[in-house]
Amino acid sequence: MKNRKTPMKEQSPESRRRNFEEVALGYTLEEALEEAQRCLQCPTHPCVSGCPVEIDIPGFIRKLRDGKLEESYRILKSYNNLPAVCGRVCPQEVQCESRCVVGKMKDSEPVAIGRLERFVADWAAENLEEDVKPLAGSKKEKVAVVGSGPAGLTAAADLAKMGYHVDIFEAFHKPGGVLVYGIPEFRLPKRIVEREVSYIRKLGVNFHLNTVVGKTVKVKELLSEYDAVFIGTGAGTPKFMGIPGTNLNGVYSANEFLTRVNLMKAYLFPEYDTPIRVGKKVAVIGAGNTAMDAARSALRLGAEKVYIVYRRTEREMPARREEYHHALEEGIEFLWLTLPIRYIGDANGNVEAMECVRMELKEADGSGRPRPVPIEGSNFVLEVDMVIEAIGQGPNRVLLSEFPGLELNERGYIKADEDTGATSVKGVFAGGDIVTGAATVIKAMGAGKKAAQFIHSYLTGEWNPWQK
Amino acid sequence: MNEIVKKVKIAEDVFDFWIHSPSVSKEARPGQFVVIRLHEKGERIPLTVADTKPEEGLFRMVVKVVGKTTHELSLKKEGDTILDVVGPLGNPSEIENYGNVLLVGGGVGIATLYPIAKALKEAGNNITTVLGARTKDYLIMVDEFKEISDVLLVTDDGSAGMKGVVTDAMDKLFRERKFDICWAVGPTIMMKFCTLKAREFGVPIWVSLNPIMVDGTGMCGACRVTVSGQIKFACVDGPEFRGEEVDWDELLKRLAQYREQEKISYERFLKTAGESE
Repeated sequence: MKNRKTPMKEQSPESRRRNFEEVALGYTLEEALEEAQRCLQCPTHPCVSGCPVEIDIPGFIRKLRDGKLEESYRILKSYNNLPAVCGRVCPQEVQCESRCVVGKMKDSEPVAIGRLERFVADWAAENLEEDVKPLAGSKKEKVAVVGSGPAGLTAAADLAKMGYHVDIFEAFHKPGGVLVYGIPEFRLPKRIVEREVSYIRKLGVNFHLNTVVGKTVKVKELLSEYDAVFIGTGAGTPKFMGIPGTNLNGVYSANEFLTRVNLMKAYLFPEYDTPIRVGKKVAVIGAGNTAMDAARSALRLGAEKVYIVYRRTEREMPARREEYHHALEEGIEFLWLTLPIRYIGDANGNVEAMECVRMELKEADGSGRPRPVPIEGSNFVLEVDMVIEAIGQGPNRVLLSEFPGLELNERGYIKADEDTGATSVKGVFAGGDIVTGAATVIKAMGAGKKAAQFIHSYLTGEWNPWQK
Repeated sequence: MNEIVKKVKIAEDVFDFWIHSPSVSKEARPGQFVVIRLHEKGERIPLTVADTKPEEGLFRMVVKVVGKTTHELSLKKEGDTILDVVGPLGNPSEIENYGNVLLVGGGVGIATLYPIAKALKEAGNNITTVLGARTKDYLIMVDEFKEISDVLLVTDDGSAGMKGVVTDAMDKLFRERKFDICWAVGPTIMMKFCTLKAREFGVPIWVSLNPIMVDGTGMCGACRVTVSGQIKFACVDGPEFRGEEVDWDELLKRLAQYREQEKISYERFLKTAGESE
């Protein structure tokens, strides 16, 4: 047996750094079969416990290996409503694949579970006529889902499969939440999201787009018209460093920059109406996945030089390894142990440089990570004409401020039971980033899935945590 | 949904629309706005809700042609629909019985002021309104304001009312009478000078900001303004702020952010529309 993952073809760094086409090209059938052979079908299947939605991983791989692709897909889809999305954006290296027995063997890499998931989902999209029976509405209870990101889509799909009437409310004109506004086309093509969403529509879920709950539809109305409510509004409020010059032209939040590029297709301006500034020298602050996405998008828009500026080092960087390597290959330059302290503007209010200070790492802080401390007198000025701050998000307040009785935690997120998603308001559940703070797509899906189960228990009268 | 039920040209480059949207017409309060998108390739732009008829499911917006999207909107006919309308967004105006209120409207900002004026009137205030425009051809909604307030007109060239700018009228009124509070809505530069004038006479002032916006729900941060030294998002913290607290010069610079692209987009549009010189 081969001890390395079957490689997946990618667009070459030279060509992809100037286009928005998908970077990773996926497996061929032969490659997928070859990789599937590497799975030991071990009896303990630790991979499953590493998956927030507990997909029967050995099961779908076995069917694939046996050439039964449709059955393989059915297994996947019965656990995961968005397999083509997860196969692309899940951090498999810290989830399923990190526990794979094959990966524990000397000099061996784990089975490429994510790539196989992607392959099966893409195969199904091309080869299967999805014959979905609309199940929603066979039960009389109605559930409202607020937000159509990964948590909301998952909860809605599962509830529809159980027969509930489900209405999803989405503030934007397209469903998908962070999948459509946050993750760039080159990492997750929007047609993939549309495909998964259309499956959920076929289950009978109603989508109410351009609808802001708390504004367009009042909370009181929602609570009186629905038997249960699931809130999955995400962590969508951008944080800013708050250093001098933050409001200069050319200083973006990653949210704004990525929304303009991904959702509004500003990279196709002027064919599309939404403009974007195209910097020559761009600095992205932060080193998470969002920072990688922003940096690589800026490069594709035509930037000559893109820096990622991070106050810690490569070791503490929160981004996925794969994304980091893709960024490196494309020529993104990393400035480690560097903290911007001031943006400098020209007479018209455009950013033209930023002053930074070098950092050194001291003993660990409360987060367990080494604490970065500025080195006195190490200040320097970096010439940039565009800055994107990707330093994290806070809870979106629009709904929360309009929701009487909904308890929030000290960080401003919804207080919800970790296991069930139940909040302080009867019949109201929450999950995903609006509860945990910014996390991953699959964790949000896991929360949506769990909440759907407990909403079901609550609606059938089996369980009621609000009964005191 | 979002059908244009009525469209009237009410001044040079200014169009008055009634749009069918039961939810907006039912929930909108004075001071709030909507974000619209005309078609698949369109941008999202914020527009104020100028009036509502909840019983008919209609809301009103008054739009001045300033660029590609507003021009495209002005070409729509009755019976056409707008692809996306989101709202109402932002916080409603703080309506109370203040006593004597001075309202100052400039250009298409006059339409934003109208529902605020009606609500203030209903709350028992004694209202005086200054309406300003470049010339009389650009003045809008004068009769509607006359029904609820004393109206003073101002034009740059004196073609209607007094010759001058709205702050000249404010100066005159502040010298004659005592006002408890005022509102100014119009071009940003006008609101800046109205704020300076109100401060000169120690009268508190509300302004309605219209910065560049994308989502309108607090998730992008494009509309950030510095208010009392803090970063605020006009879409969820505003759109109304106390004028004395706004960093006007920064806001004016931020508004110019996409001027070049806006020009490219508009010229390209005019060329395809066959209207370019």
